[in-house]
Amino acid sequence: MIQLLSADGKLASDAASAEYIPYIEALSDDQLRQFHRDMVITRRFDLEATNLQRQGQLALWPPSQGQEAAQVGSARASRQQDHIFPSYREHSIAMIRGLDIIEVVRVMRGVSNGGWDPATNNNFHLYTLVLGSQALHATGYAMGVSLDGATATGDPDRDEAVMVYFGDGATSQGDVSEALVFAASFQAPTLFFLQNNQWAISVPVSVQSRVPLYLRAGGFGVPGIQIDGNDVLASYAVTRRYLDEARSGGGPRMIEAMTYRMGAHTTSDDPTKYRHDKDVDEWALKDPIIRYEKYLRGRGESDAFFTETAQEAEDFAADMRARTLELGPPSPDDFFDTVYTEQHPVTAAQKIWLAEYEASFGSES
Amino acid sequence: MTTEELPLVKALNAGLRKALADDPKVLLMGEDIGPLGGVFRVTEGLQAEFGVKRVFDTPLAESGIVGTAIGLAMRGYRPVCEIQFDGFIFPAFDQITTQLAKMTARHEGKVPMPVVIRVPYGGHIGAVEHHQESPEAYFAHTAGLRLVSPSTPNDAYWMIQEAIASQDPVMFFEPKSRYWHKGPVDFSSSPSPLHSSRVVREGTEVTVVGHGAMINVLLQAAELAAAEGTSLEVIDLRSLSPIDYEPIIASVQKTGRLVVASEAPGFVSISSEIAATVTERAFYSLESPVLRVTGFDTPFPPAKLETSYLPDADRILEAVDRALAY
Repeated sequence: MIQLLSADGKLASDAASAEYIPYIEALSDDQLRQFHRDMVITRRFDLEATNLQRQGQLALWPPSQGQEAAQVGSARASRQQDHIFPSYREHSIAMIRGLDIIEVVRVMRGVSNGGWDPATNNNFHLYTLVLGSQALHATGYAMGVSLDGATATGDPDRDEAVMVYFGDGATSQGDVSEALVFAASFQAPTLFFLQNNQWAISVPVSVQSRVPLYLRAGGFGVPGIQIDGNDVLASYAVTRRYLDEARSGGGPRMIEAMTYRMGAHTTSDDPTKYRHDKDVDEWALKDPIIRYEKYLRGRGESDAFFTETAQEAEDFAADMRARTLELGPPSPDDFFDTVYTEQHPVTAAQKIWLAEYEASFGSES
Repeated sequence: MTTEELPLVKALNAGLRKALADDPKVLLMGEDIGPLGGVFRVTEGLQAEFGVKRVFDTPLAESGIVGTAIGLAMRGYRPVCEIQFDGFIFPAFDQITTQLAKMTARHEGKVPMPVVIRVPYGGHIGAVEHHQESPEAYFAHTAGLRLVSPSTPNDAYWMIQEAIASQDPVMFFEPKSRYWHKGPVDFSSSPSPLHSSRVVREGTEVTVVGHGAMINVLLQAAELAAAEGTSLEVIDLRSLSPIDYEPIIASVQKTGRLVVASEAPGFVSISSEIAATVTERAFYSLESPVLRVTGFDTPFPPAKLETSYLPDADRILEAVDRALAY
């Protein structure tokens, strides 16, 4: 397992990990600080969203607490031209790719089933709720990138790659296996980024697989590697390298990031029914933010930076809360109009029928 | 020469060739469609002509075919997927109904899904299990998909091109028992709208409606009925979703009687949908209940029983007689 940061925030020195150190050394102080800001803001926002669900303002929230390092490191490793296909818990990745996070809130509030255009949001695609389906979309997209000759030209600032996020539960879905088959067959520039958070709702990863999941990649002819997913530097460095290998014509890659879902699966879940506090407490000791803060402090980062970041996170959460409460219901007309791209007689007629039916009640409501 | 006699399979091949030539974003993908030209030879010669980047064999995984086609469409391509047989489509059912069909709505209309899924379907070929089914109702039930089925070589040539030009996903059901039957293809005509039904034989006493290979059966029935002095009007649906009701309603207003026929089982089917809608829209024109003649509500039987299972001209005429008896 590749780990660059030990639990006490020291850079690792084992040989396998040491070869990734140059990726970290190439980062500026600002970039290193940004990793911390990303993680802290995400955690605070995530808590606010959970609270909003508890207060009846959201239909559902899937918390990302505990997985910030895996997400922030990998997302910061992507390049502008890359395409990202998330599952549904990749909130920090959405923000890093420049999506206004209110778009995700709209989905969880029941205002939209998606709604943003990836093309105008730095290639961040829609959340996908049926597990593993997006692995095929990402692979098909990457096949298109290859057909366009938009990859493997030798220019890493232009060559495109595609990264798809999925979890340990999704690895049991046929679509993930089929995506690995297609990606290998067509040598598509796809990076399969697996966040193994140990739980598929209530089912532990041991039920999904008897072998470490990254070893499955080899059976598909895809290089796979396991990293400490609570180590933002490992997530950054290994993703940077694997994405660049994929974009340079090396074919698909897979990363298994070992992390832990500290919260519930979603706000509808009750993890006390299936897991022990002791296990959660053990993972809390490996918290990605605490560990990284130790690292930054060891490099001489000031108290002021951490205080400012915490305040920034508070402000972000407050702003998001205010904007959430302003989100009204969507228009039924728009919903009928967007089922098809071209005119369709059934949806057109039903749109008119519903409008007339609702108008028939006059103003009595 | 602008008109040529071609079997339906060759007309499809010509339509696909035209689409590939007209638009560099059109791709053909599926199992065995490359050097083999597909198990029915629909894509014969197209890989040699357009290359392995435009016409390619995929791994043997239907969900993978449709799922990657969705990604290709997001990238700006217009993939045309071949599903080898009707009964093999179900591994792709999730990607078709959960992803492909809903993708445009999920994007609030911002991302079109110009994907065509070609499905050879139906019986009359004496094949083993899973090779003779008519699964169209499963997909017609799902909003976001369009479904069409040509019955003639001319329609096959034009409709495949219209389906590929559509910005929405189109399930293209090919009546496989008609693949090798010839008919005129008019390369110069301007095609009918993709989602239009058509009166293919005019008549006065009973309207009979169907699609795909059933059209040939309905025309046989109309011929036999005419010999006995009964006049049937035959309508080819061509489009199964949406259904173009205007010619059907107009015909029923004239004849007062409707028989709907299909190879698919009748329960919750295209046939039931038409029966319900015509009853709603033309109730006062009907002289008898709308009758359905369909496959039975059983699995498709072993091939030696298929002639008992599939509606033939006699079963159509039995229903016509019942309609006329009211």
